[in-house]
Amino acid sequence: MNATWSRFNIVSIVLGFAFLYLPIVLLIIFSFNESKLVTVWAGFSTKWYGELFRNQSLMDAAWVTARVGVLSATFATILGTMAALALTRYTRFRGRVLFSGMVFAPLVMPEVITGLSLLLLFVAIGLDRGFLTVTLAHITFSMCFVAVVVQSRLMTFDRSLEEAAMDLGATPVKTFFQITLPVILPAVISGWMLAFTLSLDDLVIASFTSGPGATTLPMKIYSQVRLGVTPEINAACTILIGIVATGVIIASLVNKRREVQRLRDEQAANRG
Amino acid sequence: MAETTLATAPSASPAAVPQQGTWLAALTGRLVIIIPYAWLLILFLVPFLIVFKISLSQTAIAMPPYSPTFDLSAGITGLWESFREFSFDNYLWLTDDPLYVNAYVSSVVIAAISTFFALLIGFPIAYGMARAPATVRPLLLMLVILPFWTSFLIRVYAWIGILKPEGLLNQFLIWTGIIDQPLIILNTHTAIFIGIVYSYLPFMVLPLYSALEKMDYSLIEAAQDLGCPPISAFWKITFPLAMPGIVAGCLLVFIPATGEFVIPDLLGGSQTLMIGKTLWNEFFSNRDWPVSSAVAVILLLMLVVPMMFFQQAQAKAQEQGR
Repeated sequence: MNATWSRFNIVSIVLGFAFLYLPIVLLIIFSFNESKLVTVWAGFSTKWYGELFRNQSLMDAAWVTARVGVLSATFATILGTMAALALTRYTRFRGRVLFSGMVFAPLVMPEVITGLSLLLLFVAIGLDRGFLTVTLAHITFSMCFVAVVVQSRLMTFDRSLEEAAMDLGATPVKTFFQITLPVILPAVISGWMLAFTLSLDDLVIASFTSGPGATTLPMKIYSQVRLGVTPEINAACTILIGIVATGVIIASLVNKRREVQRLRDEQAANRG
Repeated sequence: MAETTLATAPSASPAAVPQQGTWLAALTGRLVIIIPYAWLLILFLVPFLIVFKISLSQTAIAMPPYSPTFDLSAGITGLWESFREFSFDNYLWLTDDPLYVNAYVSSVVIAAISTFFALLIGFPIAYGMARAPATVRPLLLMLVILPFWTSFLIRVYAWIGILKPEGLLNQFLIWTGIIDQPLIILNTHTAIFIGIVYSYLPFMVLPLYSALEKMDYSLIEAAQDLGCPPISAFWKITFPLAMPGIVAGCLLVFIPATGEFVIPDLLGGSQTLMIGKTLWNEFFSNRDWPVSSAVAVILLLMLVVPMMFFQQAQAKAQEQGR
């Protein structure tokens, strides 16, 4: 196998990853820059992090973003898991084509269209723009990402387990919570995390659907970036990257442990 | 093992499940469909109908800033009156003004060129990953996905500091003596290409990787044993087998890139025309809701065909996954 992994392959991977990571690494390095100039190195300093925490409006925006993220990710995970179940377990029902269309379209839909259309809906039904409308908008587009993640896990799922439980008299609800959910849990968790990061990340849809008092962190960062690159924003970005990277690494470690545990259990079951 | 023995045990068909709980089972089964279905109908489909309706309305100095607004209390006749006020003026205005036409054309061109470069850069990465030792692959996969988890806005922002005239790239190139005048990259089309390729690269690499990973590489060895040169083996074997991944990857990059707002706004400067930015400006600067709705409708119509291709590719992948 190693022989087929030629020098060309290794070089292209190294260059590709350098391209993907260099900008982020530079951004992190320059958040520790002493100078106000973002691109000229003038010595190590953490003063911009201090500045950041004294910036009340940025902190407020971060708090709004965190609440919108947790709420919308939770609801998106529930709805997305349901949608995934509907798509994999019910191969024919009326309007299935429309349903799967509505699940897949938001994945590629330009954000300006989604944002504008949701805003016009909220105006039409007379819902005041603010925390609630941003959350509703985020649930809507992130539930589709959750659905895709969970669906791909459900497709490789051994249905005979569910059938066995049902044959033994378990209700579908009980079967779901005792058999299906534990097996697809890693996918559900990564769906939640994906939804949370999508919400944390979103500028365009939030700008359309948000109102006074519900400025999210990306909106705040965006309005500052338009005025120029500042080390304070670099610091804010570094913290965000740190949070997300820690989350992803912990999740993948947990997944791996569960996987190992599952393999051991299966081996034990086979021996027994 | 245990699973198969259970499955082969005499099993009742779903219809023969004990009477109690069947209606409940049916209802809960239905709810799994009904709840997300209703949610998406109300918050995804209905909003598009509203966008379409408002695109036929006139701008008005009011809140909401368009007329006619539906007034249900006016009854059927009132509703009919408001229908008669609809017009296609906004669309005529859009097709008349070269600004909008240019914005649509340049969005598609910029998105297509960026997609091509993303494929050119993404393919060797995906290929390298697919040929990597099986033990390294999960790590490589995680490394491709990780940037996707970090904020889009942040990743675009990072490039401003690199590309600007006194930025890191120019500092580096002048330091090495390759150039002696700073290159002007920020606020040009080149910056937008870099931004789109960079931001959407994971979307290209992942489907390519999943297509290439499934490939049987003994086919290439066989071709080479039979005297086929590596380059024509690539075009005759690898490329066609990677086609589903190429199609999915290109659509995943092209469709959202066409309507992209953040990248042209932050990296492209004031003179670049892209439709996402035009829509944003119509809405936020000119406060012209009907025209921005019309812009959105036309953008959507342009993307319907590639979206249907995407849909089909997804459905096909789903069938194969079964």
